[in-house]
Amino acid sequence: MSVISSPYISPSASTNRMMLNVLIALVPGTLAYIWYFGYGLIINLIVAISFAILFEAGVLLLRKKPLMPYLSDYSAIVTGWLFALCIPMHSPWWLIVTGIGFAMIAGKHLYGGLGFNPFNPAMVGYVVILISFPKDMTTWFLPMQVSSDSLSLMESLSFTLGLLEPQHWDALTSATPLDQYKTGLGMNLMISEIRQSPVFGDFAGVGWEWIANWWFLGGVFLLYSKTIRWHIPLAMISGLLLFSLIFYVVDPDSVASPGFHLFSGGLMLGAFFIATDPVTSATTIKGRLLYGFLIGALVIVIRRWGGYPDGVAFAVLLANMAVPLIDYYTQPRVFGVNPPQDH
Amino acid sequence: MTTSAAEITSNGLWKNNVALVQLLGLCPLLAVTSSTINGIGLGLATMITLILSNSLVSMIRNIVRPEVRLPVFVLIIASVVTIIELSMQAWFYDLYLVLGIFIPLIVTNCSIIARAEGFASRNTIALSALDGFMMGLGFLIVLTLLGLIREVVGSGTILANADLMFGPAAALLKITLNPEYGGFLVAILPPGAFFGLALLIVGKNLIESRIMAPVVPPSAEPVLTT
Repeated sequence: MSVISSPYISPSASTNRMMLNVLIALVPGTLAYIWYFGYGLIINLIVAISFAILFEAGVLLLRKKPLMPYLSDYSAIVTGWLFALCIPMHSPWWLIVTGIGFAMIAGKHLYGGLGFNPFNPAMVGYVVILISFPKDMTTWFLPMQVSSDSLSLMESLSFTLGLLEPQHWDALTSATPLDQYKTGLGMNLMISEIRQSPVFGDFAGVGWEWIANWWFLGGVFLLYSKTIRWHIPLAMISGLLLFSLIFYVVDPDSVASPGFHLFSGGLMLGAFFIATDPVTSATTIKGRLLYGFLIGALVIVIRRWGGYPDGVAFAVLLANMAVPLIDYYTQPRVFGVNPPQDH
Repeated sequence: MTTSAAEITSNGLWKNNVALVQLLGLCPLLAVTSSTINGIGLGLATMITLILSNSLVSMIRNIVRPEVRLPVFVLIIASVVTIIELSMQAWFYDLYLVLGIFIPLIVTNCSIIARAEGFASRNTIALSALDGFMMGLGFLIVLTLLGLIREVVGSGTILANADLMFGPAAALLKITLNPEYGGFLVAILPPGAFFGLALLIVGKNLIESRIMAPVVPPSAEPVLTT
């Protein structure tokens, strides 16, 4: 038995413990995703995570860094996992590899690796392929509960390998609820007319709203395990609710309800898993509130006026860009230095 | 200050390359290089401007009083660019339409006034013309390379729209690498220009540090940034 000296409290917040908590918190939402949308996600996850690890190892070798300490912090797995959740089901393999390659190489290692990247790597990879391959990135499959048919594992695999093209499977593919909402408004339809489509559920899309609930549950676990703190998710959700409520009150016929916005697209996932990335988010308390609020407001701005149906990824990247400025102006006063002037 | 022709050549093409080392004239460089032909078109226009403006500035270098030299240089450059713009409008109308505002904007290209002030106003006409040619050629090569990279990655073709510049027969020059290639749009969009230029600079620095080492520090030459 070895004798160790004091202090006897071991640090609990190591990088790999935090990343492991994130992975655990992602499990329920991921299972719900597979339940609603089928095996495609499993294949996306396998391809994205294995290539994330491959690219990480490759760049580490090029940078002459030791492999094991960096690979065993699970950060590549978290990036690959989050990236796989963002892209459409049954994406061809080259799309996933391009995106995750960009995420790991340009988004992470060109800046110096984990801890030095100003932008969330998974979002960098996602945005690059979103603006580069609009056709592939907007072909989404219907939830199995809505579509007439479901795909077998082999069929899902042949989509990924590029043997089948999802664009030809009209019966199974559809625009996402956010996309339908944007297109419908463009055609001067009212919200009540747009919601006639079978993809809409109680709040948002069938499937999507329940997946969002499970992301929320994972987020609660992250809060409970002190992996993240409450400021960013709360500020982001309030920013989104406040802005969507203003527009909704003014014109409820042509603006989706705040509940729709909250449970649609990547909002829940973004609020608890993406915006809270400790490297790329603000560090001060006030800064975190401002940063989260900024993302929530930007999501509504992009969804309402932007060219893309969902704006979480763009909003996170824009807020990442503002982080140095936010941190600079929200520095708390150091105790005993420059005391406030009493009048 | 006297400089040899060999030194001017190596400065213009490599050691003091306008785009890769001085990083001047980046806005047209980044904006128009979405295809090879666009790059060549703007590169040629800039090169001709540099040769003409350098020669003219060198001719009048002993007449102009130093207090008013900069306005005079700008006037000369603006006149030269107007001539080039009108000529392009007359003979390469389609290319003129593609390059649009970036032709008149050559006036504001920092590299041109930098060469006028830094070189042509203190050297003979022949050397100044050579300097303009070499600096312009260095710029042209980078524009062409960047256009080529972005066109290949972004749309999978080489020399598309060559007929804009060389007449209808040149449409045959277009090479399609893979007809099924969907195109990597980001390379054509503005971020692709930054990535491409950054990679070219990386390439130049790699060649210097790995192949041409040991590196001699480049001779100090006044560089204007505007």
